[in-house]
Amino acid sequence: MKVVVGQGSCGVASGARKTAAEFERLISEKGLNIEVAKTGCVGNCYLEPIVDVYDDKGALTRYVKVQPDRVSDIVEKHLIGGEPAEGHAIMETDKMFIDKQERIVLRNCGLINPEDIEEYIAAGGYEATKKAVTSMTPEEVIEEIKVSGLRGRGGAGFPTWFKWNAARQAPGTEKYMVCNADEGDPGAFMDRSILEGDPHSLIEGMIIGGYAIGASEGLIYVRAEYPLAIHRLEIAMEQAREKGFLGNNIFESGYNFDIRIKAGAGAFVCGEETALIASLEGERGMPRLKPPFPAQKGFWQKPTNINNVETFANIPWIIAHGGAAFGAYGTPQSKGTKVFALAGKIKKGGLVEVPMGLPLKEVIYGIGDGIKDDKEFKAVQMGGPSGGCIPASLADTPVDYENITKTGAIVGFGGMIVMDETTCMVDMARYFLDFTRKESCGKCNYCRVGTKRMLEILERITLGEGKDGDIELLEELASKIKDGSMCGLGQTAPNPVLTTIKYFRNEYEDHIYKKKCTAHSCKELLTFTITDKCTGCTLCSRKCPVNAISGELKKLHEIDQRLCIKCGKCEEVCRFDAIIRD
Amino acid sequence: MTCENSSCQCGCSSNAFAELAPVMEKYANTPGSLIPILQKVQDIYGYISIDAINYISEKIGVKPAKIYGVATFYSQFRLKPIGKYLIMLCKGTACHVNGADKIEEAINEELNIRDGETTEDGLFTLNNMACLGCCSLAPVMMIRSGSEDETYGNLTKDSTKKVLNEIRNREA
Repeated sequence: MKVVVGQGSCGVASGARKTAAEFERLISEKGLNIEVAKTGCVGNCYLEPIVDVYDDKGALTRYVKVQPDRVSDIVEKHLIGGEPAEGHAIMETDKMFIDKQERIVLRNCGLINPEDIEEYIAAGGYEATKKAVTSMTPEEVIEEIKVSGLRGRGGAGFPTWFKWNAARQAPGTEKYMVCNADEGDPGAFMDRSILEGDPHSLIEGMIIGGYAIGASEGLIYVRAEYPLAIHRLEIAMEQAREKGFLGNNIFESGYNFDIRIKAGAGAFVCGEETALIASLEGERGMPRLKPPFPAQKGFWQKPTNINNVETFANIPWIIAHGGAAFGAYGTPQSKGTKVFALAGKIKKGGLVEVPMGLPLKEVIYGIGDGIKDDKEFKAVQMGGPSGGCIPASLADTPVDYENITKTGAIVGFGGMIVMDETTCMVDMARYFLDFTRKESCGKCNYCRVGTKRMLEILERITLGEGKDGDIELLEELASKIKDGSMCGLGQTAPNPVLTTIKYFRNEYEDHIYKKKCTAHSCKELLTFTITDKCTGCTLCSRKCPVNAISGELKKLHEIDQRLCIKCGKCEEVCRFDAIIRD
Repeated sequence: MTCENSSCQCGCSSNAFAELAPVMEKYANTPGSLIPILQKVQDIYGYISIDAINYISEKIGVKPAKIYGVATFYSQFRLKPIGKYLIMLCKGTACHVNGADKIEEAINEELNIRDGETTEDGLFTLNNMACLGCCSLAPVMMIRSGSEDETYGNLTKDSTKKVLNEIRNREA
């Protein structure tokens, strides 16, 4: 028997370490001989902490939301009693969350112990490396990736084989294979889960990629905000070196390759290849003009190929199963699967890996089980600060590169933030512009100043000070910023504004002309009033920080609108739903 | 407090950065190591002082202005000391949609500090972060003290205040 506690960041944040410690304490107290192991992110983040109990025949019982106080019951009934402990196990409906997915990238996440290379090897790990370096030429590896149709999973969706081929063809003996693990997109966490849950799949992908382009050194540029990911990567690299998978003469093939970690220091613009290279070289992470492309002149002016974590994690599977098997998933233009980070106003949030081309609503309703508190689905934001908001009316859109781009959003990293009727779309646009304005490196005028100007306009609209012509001004600025910026950050920064204007223009107009926030979310535009449901309990008037509410005991209360600061405290404390916000 | 090296104008004592000597030794001959050096400095001292910038400059031969440029470019680096507890409030998209602004309000109300500020008693510093990557638990904050990180998820205004009060009572 074995107990496995999911300890990705979500699990740890939900208290998984305390849960694991409680299992260890009780198991030793009862004198049981049962191992407590750890694994990475299972994917059902909304059910953390998750504990898997394998009996001696290997049958699995999955327990969810296992806080320390529930541990003793599981120990008594299952570990000692031998019968699954009722009431704590995962429900059938929650199992669907995983069963409806196709897991290639996340094939090992939540199943193996990421700190034990033996478990990765037992799951078929490093077979692909062996196959590539001992029985395939670099050209054959690139050809296999070409057949698979794999496109970069970091945002731009550029064909992976094409980049590899360009780096392979570039003259020079010293080349670099770089992994971009600087997941800077707010609202995306798939790379973190791969790094924490299956670091060897990334390492293996880099070894194979390095072999294909002719690199002997790899670099992983990883966010310093992901300490657990860095820790597990270091362990994995050390174990791979001991086994001879990294280092000289890998699998007696004569091929040498090793990897170093470089911790990023927090700059969204470093997702841009040339900015990432500048950062690797210890400079401010500012992009430069292309060409020359990194494939010709990259890290220290040497040919360099950069892919993201998810792209690399696909590679071993493709080499092991063949490019055609991968290409069988997805659509003709967007092959394979993609991992999405489902979050926001969704019932079941977490990591979801599905074949490309699945309709959006299938992801949101079929897997995510719809909107939290059964509110109305309004829009889904895809592609983060470079992407856009797709309205509920387009929920049939297949999720692939071409169709999502047509809506004005992008697949990007794969962040899917679901929004309901209470989310203000103007505020969403303001939120993203605030982000890109802060993250603009400042090199191009239009990006540096233009995003600031757009933010100012959006701010005044949400404060109820919007003017006639503001929408048109936003559109004009947006097109100039797109034209006048050198890198992807500036070229895509206006997308959240443009898509919200395109699909939710009425909300902008409500703010500007009627001074109303359609979603009742922008504070300055709210009016709180008390209805006749009021019982005169006086609670709101006692809690009001500015004494704006008057009324006698057991009589209808009233809010003095001149004094009200719209803090919403009255609505928060009212037990009779007597306060309405409009 | 004088420097042995007469070219140094920083007014530091020559032993002030003794802990950094092995770091410098490790990175001095590897080009492009400025960022890892600054990360180590911040790990050891909690922030990057102007004296530290001058010290690094002297050791690796990069101008202080350039080091300052790099240190101010990246959001990880701080040029001011921080409180004993660093509150990292997630302002990622999922947290924003789920009410991160309310959590910030609760922190403002309870501690009277805004993004980047430290409480007068030196106990708390608030830093807004772009994303902590625990989107399913939104809204989220992480509180770091020394090398210990504790993450708090599914926050409400009340639970946020409770967490802060517990820490304050523990420290009282």
